[in-house]
Amino acid sequence: MKKMKLVMIGNGMAGVRTLEELLKIAPELYDITVFGAEPHPNYNRILLSPVLAGEQTLDEIVLNPLSWYEEHGITLHLGKAVTTIDRIRRQVVAADGTEAGYDRLLIATGSTPFLLPVPGKDLAGVIAYRDIADTNAMIEAATKYRHAVVIGGGLLGLEAANGLMLRGMQVTVVHLGDWLMERQLDDQAGELLRKSLQERGLRFRMGASTEALIGDRDGRVMAVRFKGGEEIPADLVVMAAGIRPNTALAESAGLHCQRGIVVTDTLQTVTDPRVYAVGECAAHRGIAYGLVAPLFEQGKVCANHLAQFGIGRYLGSQTSTKLKVTGIDLFSAGDFMGGAGTEEIVMSDPFAGVYKKLVIKDDRLVGACLYGDTVDGSWYFKLLREGRQIGDIRDKLMFGESNIGDVGHQGHNKAAAMADSDEVCGCNGVTKGAVCKAIKEKGLFTLEEVRKHTKASASCGSCTGLVEQLLMFTAGGDYSSAPKKKAICGCTEHSHQEVRDAIFDRHLTRMADVFEQLDWKSPDGCATCRPALNYYLISSWPKEAVDDPQSRFINERSHANIQKDGTYSVIPRMWGGETTADELRRIADAVDKYKIPTVKVTGGQRIDLLGVRKEDLVDVWRDIGMPSGHAYAKALRTVKTCVGSEWCRMGTQDSTQMGKDLERAMWRMYAPHKVKFAVSGCPRNCAEAGIKDVGIIGVDSGWEMYVAGNGGIKTEVAHFLVKLRTAEEVMEYTGAFMQLYRKEGWYLERTVHYVSRVGLDHVKRRILDDAEGRQALWAELQFALDGEPDPWFEFAKAQVDVRQFEPVATVPAMVPDAAPAIVQA
Amino acid sequence: MSKWIAVCSVADIPVLGSRRVAREKGPQVALFRTADDRVFALLDRCPHKAGPLSQGIVFGNAVACPLHNWTIALEDGCAREPDEGRTPVFQVKLEDGVVLLDRGELDTVGIDLPPVKAGPCTRVAC
Repeated sequence: MKKMKLVMIGNGMAGVRTLEELLKIAPELYDITVFGAEPHPNYNRILLSPVLAGEQTLDEIVLNPLSWYEEHGITLHLGKAVTTIDRIRRQVVAADGTEAGYDRLLIATGSTPFLLPVPGKDLAGVIAYRDIADTNAMIEAATKYRHAVVIGGGLLGLEAANGLMLRGMQVTVVHLGDWLMERQLDDQAGELLRKSLQERGLRFRMGASTEALIGDRDGRVMAVRFKGGEEIPADLVVMAAGIRPNTALAESAGLHCQRGIVVTDTLQTVTDPRVYAVGECAAHRGIAYGLVAPLFEQGKVCANHLAQFGIGRYLGSQTSTKLKVTGIDLFSAGDFMGGAGTEEIVMSDPFAGVYKKLVIKDDRLVGACLYGDTVDGSWYFKLLREGRQIGDIRDKLMFGESNIGDVGHQGHNKAAAMADSDEVCGCNGVTKGAVCKAIKEKGLFTLEEVRKHTKASASCGSCTGLVEQLLMFTAGGDYSSAPKKKAICGCTEHSHQEVRDAIFDRHLTRMADVFEQLDWKSPDGCATCRPALNYYLISSWPKEAVDDPQSRFINERSHANIQKDGTYSVIPRMWGGETTADELRRIADAVDKYKIPTVKVTGGQRIDLLGVRKEDLVDVWRDIGMPSGHAYAKALRTVKTCVGSEWCRMGTQDSTQMGKDLERAMWRMYAPHKVKFAVSGCPRNCAEAGIKDVGIIGVDSGWEMYVAGNGGIKTEVAHFLVKLRTAEEVMEYTGAFMQLYRKEGWYLERTVHYVSRVGLDHVKRRILDDAEGRQALWAELQFALDGEPDPWFEFAKAQVDVRQFEPVATVPAMVPDAAPAIVQA
Repeated sequence: MSKWIAVCSVADIPVLGSRRVAREKGPQVALFRTADDRVFALLDRCPHKAGPLSQGIVFGNAVACPLHNWTIALEDGCAREPDEGRTPVFQVKLEDGVVLLDRGELDTVGIDLPPVKAGPCTRVAC
């Protein structure tokens, strides 16, 4: 079959990203031709400012070297601006006469700087700030001239001014508005920024309107004149008063343009479905985005369509801003100005140069403006995107997410202050330097990409905030416009929520049906999505969906915990942490008989036998004769108790019995992630119930119930849910909360993260306010658990593959001249 | 004497699962069966930290190591990017539903690799 022809006009970040996405999913579909007006391959335009500031070189910011185009068979016309699109004959013509026909056309012409229409704007020495040529012109000017004037105190203008100053020029920023960056900052933050830049040596003319640029006899600019007649010297004038979508070519081709080339959710132009537009030139639902992350999202959807899959939709993005001036931290997102109908929480410490403003509307965070301390920017941005109700965390909101609890990186929470040799990711031993190097060298833009390439933040995730900060100032300011929904894995576009809803709504009970109905991209999923799907199926349709052992992680398949040497650990269940001489004797005998090298008491009041050979597992279980502790599973693990009123002179309630009853009622319960309970018999809380998924604390008049605590990566104190009077109530409320979590939690989401996502108020509505619903949830859980087997004893019922424990065959070493004897298991 | 020796039948290996073949010396050999009933054999040692690949989740033409989730291709034993490394591959022949391995490879490949140590014996010489 003859390949279709795809022509792309524009060779910038959004367009080339679209091609990369396309080549990933449909490498053979098109013959691709690219026209670029600049004589350079695709480079990272966001990093022009660090180049200007002398912090990086041009070579370092190239994203796709010429060899990349060659490797993918792309015909590349550099330095050729397209002047005509003939939509009837379906071809484009460049200024030098080069022609190319197309079946699909992708316009990615970006934007052009807005030049103030003042007298003198065409003088030599007056430039915009947009591309490599402009940057080089500025670098060159800085070697010859002294006075620079930057018109426009926005993001780009300030970065240009900072760069020129670092190259030795005396720079004045002329700004029409009352404060700097008024599209990204409020007046207070803008003022802090101005002071800080002034201290570094920049000069400012605020509220100043430029009337004319004055030239010398040679036609080079020499001064700027303001309204009112005052003049200041200027050997270089940089116009940074804004950008406009570059739509001239599209308009001349009769494509509908209104503040950009108007495109649909599939990035096709509304005028001609063969013609696509992405990037700064495109107007989607009235918005032309100028930040890289939304443009990459557009590219992904566009590529999906060009590849004829046609399942993606671009639904718009929320964006955030960060200034790339080394040493200045500012962040803003959403409606940071506030105003009628909004509330503001403000923290201001001008002496320390810290200012934070959060804007709240209808119990949701709608905007944030941070200056000086931006460590929580990504967290605020996440809250903003997700539109989660914040009532229950409002009092903590200002202090951010990272001020408590995260471990594994020496307590660092400000990436900028770390040395290159400091460890960012304590799980995988990744240093700050390694992360920054990978971001620069491999051109990474998203958290996912960093995880894939460096493993940082890819294990426990506690350093995610740090990695995001590193991305911010290494890759450029606006990485963080992550899509609202996140796909489970590379096999699908669907999020956890969508998949779980589909399984429930369409009554899917088999994994193959999920793959088919939800258009899975791989035939049998992967090690990430299969365990999640298996959990969603069996938790949505208990007694109907059949568990798939091959889609479970090895620990849940062999019902023991794999260790680094391939042996396993065995943790039998000890109800409420109580044991007997008989049990201990059997354990001791098994340790001797199977030569188990380590016996350890766990944090959950149980005994761990480490180093059991896989071949011995079944025998060890049988000899010990105690139920499975499920210490290997996403399931109910331990129920930790104190001795309670039975023995303790302080005890007010029989916590041990309560714990045993809870454990007996809910063991064998699979869940999105592991679940731990604790029951204390008095407020001294010796069972540490405050950091468990469900913590029960006995008081004289009954029981207090706490939920969603965590003692792991993120130390999080459990939230008080309710005060209860009887043990029966504790059982019902705990069961109902567990079933709610089982139904709504995403796979591998602990209760702490689940409750943080849906909000404690939601849990209260479902468990406290709705008695019928609560009882129904508790009944559902009992139904699901009724008759569930103990996998250590009921192999067939629990679908334990017993043949896995022995090798399928043992091959003896060869005896010369003898036929080999095979021992089959 | 035949160079190929039968170790099990295809039906002995679960679909999208694996089985192990023990040898008198050296690490075991992991057999994998894909969704379309192809069978592959790798040394049962991840190139990363020697995790037993036979215990991983099999998907497509690959297996995910159970220790740190490296993805190893079944055809050539190579780790998927960005990880780097390669696990030795054993040739597999299927005859009437019987899985055969190469005698010479069984006798030689990876035979001298030491077992991974864990537990008290990593503290003192043992």
